[in-house]
Amino acid sequence: MCFGIFGLLPQRWSKGGDMSQPQIKFYQTGTFSVGNRLLKEEDRTVQSRMDRTNSLNSGHRACQGCGEALGARYAVDAAMRASGNRLVAVNATGCLEVFSTPYPESSWRIPWIHSLFGNAPAVATGVAAALRAKGKTEIKVLAQGGDGGTVDIGFGCLSGMFERNDDVLYICYDNQAYMNTGVQRSGSTPPTARTATTQAVGVNPGNRFGSGKNLPKIAMAHGIPYVATASVADLHDLEKKVTKAMKMCGTRYIHIFVPCPLGWAHDPALTIQVARLAGESGLFPLFEAEDGKVTDCTPIRRKVPVEEYLKLQGRFKHLFGDSPNREAIAAIQTMADENIRTYGLLE
Amino acid sequence: MLTQIEGSQAVAAAVSLCCPEVISCYPITPQTHIVETLSARVKKGELGNCQFINAESEFGALSILIGASAMGARTYTATASQGLLFMAEAVYNASGLGLPIVMTIGNRAIGAPINIWNDHSDSMSMRDAGWIQLYAADNQEAVDLHILAFRLAEELSCPVMVCMDGFILTHAYEAVHLPSKEQVNSFLPSYDPVQVLDPDDPVSIGAMVGPEAFAEVRYLSHYKQIQALDLIPRLAEEFRQWFGRPSGELVSPYRLTDADTVVLGLGSVNGTLQECVDDLREEGMAVGSLKVGSYRPFPSVPLRSALQNVQHVIVVEKDLSLGKGGIVSGDVKMALRGLPMTVHTVIAGLGGRSITKASMKKVIEEARADRLTEPYFLDLNWHLINRELARQKETRRSGPIAENVLRDIRSVASKVV
Repeated sequence: MCFGIFGLLPQRWSKGGDMSQPQIKFYQTGTFSVGNRLLKEEDRTVQSRMDRTNSLNSGHRACQGCGEALGARYAVDAAMRASGNRLVAVNATGCLEVFSTPYPESSWRIPWIHSLFGNAPAVATGVAAALRAKGKTEIKVLAQGGDGGTVDIGFGCLSGMFERNDDVLYICYDNQAYMNTGVQRSGSTPPTARTATTQAVGVNPGNRFGSGKNLPKIAMAHGIPYVATASVADLHDLEKKVTKAMKMCGTRYIHIFVPCPLGWAHDPALTIQVARLAGESGLFPLFEAEDGKVTDCTPIRRKVPVEEYLKLQGRFKHLFGDSPNREAIAAIQTMADENIRTYGLLE
Repeated sequence: MLTQIEGSQAVAAAVSLCCPEVISCYPITPQTHIVETLSARVKKGELGNCQFINAESEFGALSILIGASAMGARTYTATASQGLLFMAEAVYNASGLGLPIVMTIGNRAIGAPINIWNDHSDSMSMRDAGWIQLYAADNQEAVDLHILAFRLAEELSCPVMVCMDGFILTHAYEAVHLPSKEQVNSFLPSYDPVQVLDPDDPVSIGAMVGPEAFAEVRYLSHYKQIQALDLIPRLAEEFRQWFGRPSGELVSPYRLTDADTVVLGLGSVNGTLQECVDDLREEGMAVGSLKVGSYRPFPSVPLRSALQNVQHVIVVEKDLSLGKGGIVSGDVKMALRGLPMTVHTVIAGLGGRSITKASMKKVIEEARADRLTEPYFLDLNWHLINRELARQKETRRSGPIAENVLRDIRSVASKVV
């Protein structure tokens, strides 16, 4: 695997003609030493600042290479900065909740509440309502959950919150299965992926082909003010989207792609690389939408075939080997190509 | 002020006087009139900055209040029947987190078969959920108990259900004393939470607890209920002083002096029971009744002390633990254990069937003569049951029971006495 480029993002391409973006090229090869030092101080990440809040503090019990822990750290610190540290967080049951708060320890340095698996959006609605009732609307509300808590069991409450346009930023950390309970299939699990309930056995091993639940699209269909996808492969972009969302009112939804070394069976050192290949293959497009319409996309700089993404992960191992399942791989490639066409990722 | 008013609207007026800051709702019969009235009051600005939220489900409605209560707001909702079951997970969660939410239950049966009328199956299903459960005997008490419930919930940091019989109370027009704002303000101080989500003093609420501390945390929830056994009578006495009438008593005796037989019940059936007592006393029978006002915590000690000298206790209950019998009678038997008396269980009023004086008086006489089966099902139509049992014996594919029974009712023209 050629991995000479640990660069961050290319120039942002913007359908909306966002010329305020710094036109910085990170196209350095053969070095890992890029990033913030190429940027002006004010454009650097929240995470690189001395005054970052460490909202999700060190010492928690996430696995090595956990994409969710990384994504949450960047997202919550960015939300804290954007709200002037006036933030309340609501968490669905799941890995993030469990690894951060085994009694009597808590890694959260912000006011934080966990109620149930399927009600984080409703609890957040309640927090926002209480703040409105008390006239404390300068305090902002963040709700967060994994893909199971978001696209499956919490979906009813989430849709209700979207429809009412309650003043909440909801972040889904999508690792594409129920990891906390031992890697079972969720509505977000991709086709052919091996999970504990879609095992790599039988005529069609792994998860079935189907549309799955594309929550960003469903969120857009509710016409909420802001929907975005983000990835731990692009933390500048993630922070920027959280910051932008925090400056808006109404319901905002950010769907963050977070690889899970345990569930996906990849080397924990390759979390970022796996996430990057998901983007560069077109399988996980990065875009923003306002009021139900796509306003911006992150183009693919160097398109990679989906095999490069799939091969790094044990959950897709059954597609390869002595007799590769070329049909399944081609079908997944078709999905990626469709995303590239839909969002114009190579234009 | 004495007002002729529907029970639901009276409760809405009482809740308004308590100034909740967040109200959520999801429609289910027969509690809808309460939240409909509140929604109008909020929209007209009568409740200041109160937020009224139309939730997407009962589970959502209570979850919204969990968030609002943790943020330090006074919170209220109402539900019934399937709605309470749909929010069950959040019901346990609210008490586990120690959030003083007040919720009206417009008591209604649980299906299948679907039935919108009154019994206590819904609130009884949440018996062990850690909520205090108060039962109103009439609409005056329903009004009063809501005011008391906010005070009780907030003092203990424990959620409270006020249970009122669906239709029998929620839709009944009665003359009710609606208290003044000043009276309520004197009795109910503003909410001072023991825990709150505060950016200036951040805490984590709802952390995972393992075997090392779970039992202790659960015990502390149980302890709140134990404390409520002392607090409820104190608040009831204070309530009497401020409002000039009794409300919220754990148990209320009626003509117990010298009674050898006592009928006991929760909620509106107490009106019927007291009338039966009056009639039977006229006939010279030493009968009394006991209204149980709080089911959780269960007032074992006052109940035992009120009933220690009687020979027959008849527990009239609008619920059925399938495979066991009465639910409340189990608690009553535990409270009276060791005393030389018989506790009879009468399952009555399921799915809105009328509990008539005639049937009840007969049951009381049968109980005094030790001729009641245990449990005894009041006014059960054995003809219908035996026909269905025979059908099941004859044919493997005998079909859906409820539909069979309904068809039989038409053919046999059965009527409830």
